Amino acid sequence: MNDLNALTRTWSGTHGDEPWGTLDLRLTDTCLRDGSHHKRHQFTAQEVHDIVEALDSSGIPVIEVTHGDGLGGSSFNYGFSRTPEQELIRIAAETATRAKIAFLMLPGVGTKDDIRAAQDNGGQICRIATHCTEADVSIQHFGLARELGLETVGFLMMSHTQPPEVLAKQARVMVDAGCQCVYVVDSAGALIMEQTADRVSAVVAEIGDVADVGFHGHENLGLGVANTVIAARAGATQIDGSVRRFGAGAGNTPLEAFIGVCDKLGWTTGVDFLQIVDASEDVIKPAMPEECQLDRMTLMMGYAGVYSSFLKHAGNAADRYGVSGAKILLEAGRRKLIGGQEDQLIDIALMLKAEAEKEAANS
Amino acid sequence: MTSKLTAAIVGPGNIGTDLMYKLLRSAQNGGSVEPRWMIGVDPSSEGLKLAAAQGLESTHEGVDWLLKQDQLPDLIFEATSAYVHREYAPRYAEAGIRAIDLTPAAVGPAVIPPVNGEQHVGAMNVNMITCGGQATIPMVAAVSRAATVSYAEIVASVSSMSAGPGTRANIDEFTRTTAAGVEGIGGAERGKAIIILNPAEPPMIMRDTIFCAVPPDADRDAIVQSVFAMEKAVQEYVPGYRLLQEPQIDEPSPASQGQTKVSIFVEVEGAGDYLPTYAGNLDIMTAAATQVGENIARSVLA
Repeated sequence: MNDLNALTRTWSGTHGDEPWGTLDLRLTDTCLRDGSHHKRHQFTAQEVHDIVEALDSSGIPVIEVTHGDGLGGSSFNYGFSRTPEQELIRIAAETATRAKIAFLMLPGVGTKDDIRAAQDNGGQICRIATHCTEADVSIQHFGLARELGLETVGFLMMSHTQPPEVLAKQARVMVDAGCQCVYVVDSAGALIMEQTADRVSAVVAEIGDVADVGFHGHENLGLGVANTVIAARAGATQIDGSVRRFGAGAGNTPLEAFIGVCDKLGWTTGVDFLQIVDASEDVIKPAMPEECQLDRMTLMMGYAGVYSSFLKHAGNAADRYGVSGAKILLEAGRRKLIGGQEDQLIDIALMLKAEAEKEAANS
Repeated sequence: MTSKLTAAIVGPGNIGTDLMYKLLRSAQNGGSVEPRWMIGVDPSSEGLKLAAAQGLESTHEGVDWLLKQDQLPDLIFEATSAYVHREYAPRYAEAGIRAIDLTPAAVGPAVIPPVNGEQHVGAMNVNMITCGGQATIPMVAAVSRAATVSYAEIVASVSSMSAGPGTRANIDEFTRTTAAGVEGIGGAERGKAIIILNPAEPPMIMRDTIFCAVPPDADRDAIVQSVFAMEKAVQEYVPGYRLLQEPQIDEPSPASQGQTKVSIFVEVEGAGDYLPTYAGNLDIMTAAATQVGENIARSVLA
């Protein structure tokens, strides 16, 4: 008997059996939302249909579909969607036979009207994300989502920037507003295992008697699976990941790898490992513009604690103004930019360009 | 006989208190608005104490108290929340009091001083839109003067410390009202607004980015000159309003949906009357409201 394998909290322990049977952990695949960043928001209706079909038949219980920056994210600042996200949500909902379709919204970007539209198109789980000190901007949206009968999830983004006790208080604000599961979100892929465990434990201690706790990881320091395992041991029962890491920055926790790990540890996820591995090769890979890589730029994000979806925008600004993308990211970390401030990357690039010109003139 | 309009400030929070100092200074410098009342609901409010110290009649008994007085104000500056203003606006109008609304309630027409400052001086209720709107719509209008703007998008980043409970509870109203102003006053065919609250310490100064889609053959020099002229116009009432970079113009691409993209980056540093200087988002609201109050007073007294 190996004690490390025993989970103190399980999904079905509080929710009973779902159509998938007893689940220790309930998984959400987010390649059709977080992967939207990597795809520069260019998903086609066919790709969404094919990916949902493959994930659904593998047994993934929740699939998130939205513009990378949530409802209403299609913009100059974040990139315009090739296909309207509400259409993608509708296609996903029509395609899924068992999986529930989740959608993301960020107060300040999307609005309550967007939530209503997403529900009309078949979305069942409303995930509301705020920076991890700003939970109170989500109160009106949680209120509406519950009134509409949607299941609710709260995202505390950039969780590495705050100590466990701050996250616990912010989680309480969301739960009091109607949130049924609060995620510790490692948006920058900057958390290192024990830091993940401490944060998840603190949130469990604060809200665990009335709500679930989740974990959403990124791979910018290569710790997605390790962080997720330790989060589950600390009491997270809802887990995010993206098959083939298809997400922002170096990508998310590779869900198929995590599922394999769960099999080894005896944790039930309801997902067929062989089927999800096939889906990864045969369906997800062809939809990716390139594999998500742990390279100079993405490592810099984990190292400097930078919001993962800045990657493509920093690259664009670096190309446009002939400056170093890695330096843009480091400066974004120094300025303590948070999710949503993609516009500032252009300002940083212009500043770096002006500095370089000044240096050249002086030499 | 007084040659000034009397004013009450409703809502002695950060905005209401900062506005009081700006109105007092304006009055000292020959302005036509005399702030006489500060109205709150919480007896422990710091703003009420500061107002009393400045000689304003201050009460925590709310607007109901104010409307029962024998002498009523000519102007009410509403610095509470959109919900409160929607409830009280009809009663102000009934009492014949003109309202300058600093909430995003949008009961009356919206006013951005350097764009349509003189247009609604006769209205019984005018709306100051939002902090993000005051900071960005002038730039949308500046581009619209020089080219057709098919779409404009503004991104307002403000310090968390400067976003009070009203803004936090009303964040949807912020995006909706600002977007409507980007269209209606800024002149964009379609508008979008995004707001970010950043908790960094030390607090960040308000920053705004304005993106405009214009036709590929638009006169680029005219756009840039118009933007520089607008910077000067706003600086007349908000000295800390400045462009961070020259306007950036990007060639049409699939990513810009075939339009030329104009990007404008501004910073808004406040005057530091009551609010700290980083809270340029609040300062530009109170500075603009002061301007609008003076415009109305001049027109009524003329």
